[in-house]
Amino acid sequence: MTVITGLGVVAPTGVGLDEYWATTLAGKSGIDRIRRFDPSGYTTQLAGQVDDFEAADHVPSKLLAQTDRMTHFAFAGTNMALADAGVDLADFPEYERAVVTANSSGGVEYGQHELQKMWSGGPMRVSAYMSVAWFYAATTGQLSIHHGLRGPCGLIATEQAGGLDAIGHARRQLRRGARIAVTGGTDAPLSPACMVAQLATGLLSRVADPTAAYLPFDERAAGYVPGEGGAIMIMERREDAARRGAERVYGEIVGYAATFDPAPGSGRGPTLGRAIRHALDDARIAPGDIDVVFADGCGTPDLDRAEGEALTEVFGPYGVPVTVPKTGTGRMYSGGAALDVATALLAMGDSVVPPTPHVDVLALDCPLDLVRTEPRELPIRNALVCARGVGGFNAAVVLRAAA
Amino acid sequence: MRPERRAVITGMGVIAPGGVGTRAFWSAVTAGRTATRRITLFDPRRFRCRIAAECDFDPASLGLTPQEIRRMDRAVQMAVAATGEALADAGVGEGDLDPARTGVTIGNAVGSTMMMEEEYVVISDGGRKWLCDQEYGVRHLYGAVIPSTAGVEVARRVGAEGPTAVVSTGCTSGLDAVGHAAQLIEEGSADVVIGGATDAPISPITVACFDSLKATSTRNDDAAQACRPFDRERDGLVLGEGSAVFVMETKERAVRRGARIYCEVAGYAGRANAYHMTGLKPDGRELAEAIDRAIEQAGISAEDIDYVNAHGSGTRQNDRHETAAFKRSLKDHARRVPVSSIKSMVGHSLGAIGAIEVAASALAIEHGVVPPTANLTTPDPECDLDYVPREAREHPTDVVLSVGSGFGGFQSAVVLISPRSKR
Repeated sequence: MTVITGLGVVAPTGVGLDEYWATTLAGKSGIDRIRRFDPSGYTTQLAGQVDDFEAADHVPSKLLAQTDRMTHFAFAGTNMALADAGVDLADFPEYERAVVTANSSGGVEYGQHELQKMWSGGPMRVSAYMSVAWFYAATTGQLSIHHGLRGPCGLIATEQAGGLDAIGHARRQLRRGARIAVTGGTDAPLSPACMVAQLATGLLSRVADPTAAYLPFDERAAGYVPGEGGAIMIMERREDAARRGAERVYGEIVGYAATFDPAPGSGRGPTLGRAIRHALDDARIAPGDIDVVFADGCGTPDLDRAEGEALTEVFGPYGVPVTVPKTGTGRMYSGGAALDVATALLAMGDSVVPPTPHVDVLALDCPLDLVRTEPRELPIRNALVCARGVGGFNAAVVLRAAA
Repeated sequence: MRPERRAVITGMGVIAPGGVGTRAFWSAVTAGRTATRRITLFDPRRFRCRIAAECDFDPASLGLTPQEIRRMDRAVQMAVAATGEALADAGVGEGDLDPARTGVTIGNAVGSTMMMEEEYVVISDGGRKWLCDQEYGVRHLYGAVIPSTAGVEVARRVGAEGPTAVVSTGCTSGLDAVGHAAQLIEEGSADVVIGGATDAPISPITVACFDSLKATSTRNDDAAQACRPFDRERDGLVLGEGSAVFVMETKERAVRRGARIYCEVAGYAGRANAYHMTGLKPDGRELAEAIDRAIEQAGISAEDIDYVNAHGSGTRQNDRHETAAFKRSLKDHARRVPVSSIKSMVGHSLGAIGAIEVAASALAIEHGVVPPTANLTTPDPECDLDYVPREAREHPTDVVLSVGSGFGGFQSAVVLISPRSKR
């Protein structure tokens, strides 16, 4: 039995659980005009940005200049999650402390600086830290070193599905012998070069109004807004948590599955529905046992319809409360689904489903019971979190409230 | 101990420096031929290190279409080409795979670096602009920024609809991807997994990164002899590129369809030194721990190992670190078992090399021949094992240990066992 005993959140809607959860329940949004660089030249000028974040408060000073913002977020998230869990890693066997994170675009801001130095000044200008700051496994490596995590180390890349796949892989490590895992995902995709790359997908919203730019399942859906941040959590075996008298168990990871969509034009349909069914099977529960769904909510009409069809196929039309709190943060890539898991665990604890900010009238082809403007109080025993990554990745996680 | 569902390798495809295609690769590494040369992929004049092990890779001749070639970075192209060879080698044709029961795990350290850098140069107008131009962003640019693209293209190529992911753990990505694929099969998440790795890092920014770390050899005028693992005259690693992809499936399925089984992926473990992003402690303790756990999972003892495929990157710290790890784990057997590094010939292709080394290990089992460590002429006295210097050796091989070590302090070990073996 794999349980989550500590959470750390770094989001555009709040750094730290208290602020994040209050903002999320209030349906407030962190989406605003980009301040990290001048966005006037881009067709999307909005993003969910993490404000009031001093990297120096969370990252050892000698590492500040050797690491990218994505890793700074992970340091903060891990510090908070470990403190929240009240755990002393030294109590766990040295080689059974795992760390599995997800990452989607690497240390793009650090990388763009070094690319610029090289192409404007020559190869000798490139920092000795470029390789270890930019590469996708940078966060996993730094967390391993800083926290003495000498067990299995992993880095999963499945774009926005990564947060769930990392959690699924961390659970796999616990089942295979690891005793505790630091897991989750963070991304910091807000550099100009990475923005141009994201814009090239055609999936980003061009709507200028921050309250109307990212509206999954809404009849006005016109794409998504990117966000930065993520969530880190502490995963351990239930008996270990009980033995050490863990202050709280947020919930248990009872189901996980991943699938991949066939190529467009193959004549075969998408596979998110199958990922959900497999995750339910893994959890040994039926669709009717799910009390709330945290949807992927990509925000383009086609992808929304596909997700709506998958949810309807499994749960029936309007069959289960669905929410997309990430409309208040933007899509945070590997951080997004990890944050959804954290949000779902908080929702379970307080028996309340957070709303989907800004979404109003649903598209006709999305027959969902979407929790919109107000939070909805209801007891939550089982929650489902869905995520999809560009190219065809699907993942689903089933969480169960602590008994 | 080994699980009930065992993962076996039934097909492989290899794109390596000195040998495109499994047969050419094996013939090059058993001939002890090094593939290091002056870099041709870009003009290296302004760089400290101007040599690398490059592949003579022509995607069109391997069946990639013009649109695939345009949208895929060289690393992704190599993965797709290697996948094609692996499927054919395994005798898997169209319609033979159940999409829902087929997964993909591709290891990759640095994504689509070449394409990413080429497109960066355009959108930034040669590094002049911090605020890059949206109008110059090509459609496939996003796919060049995220490493998951290699997984997408391979999955589409084979029609996989099961669990698909890219594993990106730097220089151990290749071993970790093969281990991850085996775990998916063992736990029942898939019956067939296309597992392997790819990287094509020979681009200005990567070469500059390694220049900056002073990690690469500067034997620029003597390229063929530049990579010298375990040799006293070594002066650093040589970058490489390439891909190896395997058809992995349950042993039961392979036997049922009468497939040729190269080997079972019987043990895998990863550990980390929690010490330094690029540095290694000389005691090799964590690599030894990974080796011990992989041996334990395979249900064998250290004496059963017939060949060790070393990380052997050609840096002093690595060679001493892993020699210590072998002694720590294998005890006296470390002095008896042949140990070699094919990086001496194909270079260090970062995330890909672990998979290429698994291919070499599987072929060593298949042919009863272990590849040599090229350029080993004056052994480092601190490295006193049998590193199979310069010439391949006929050596009946049923059990292979392949190890990797990389940035982040990650240490991985895989144990492969021949289907002939009683182990």
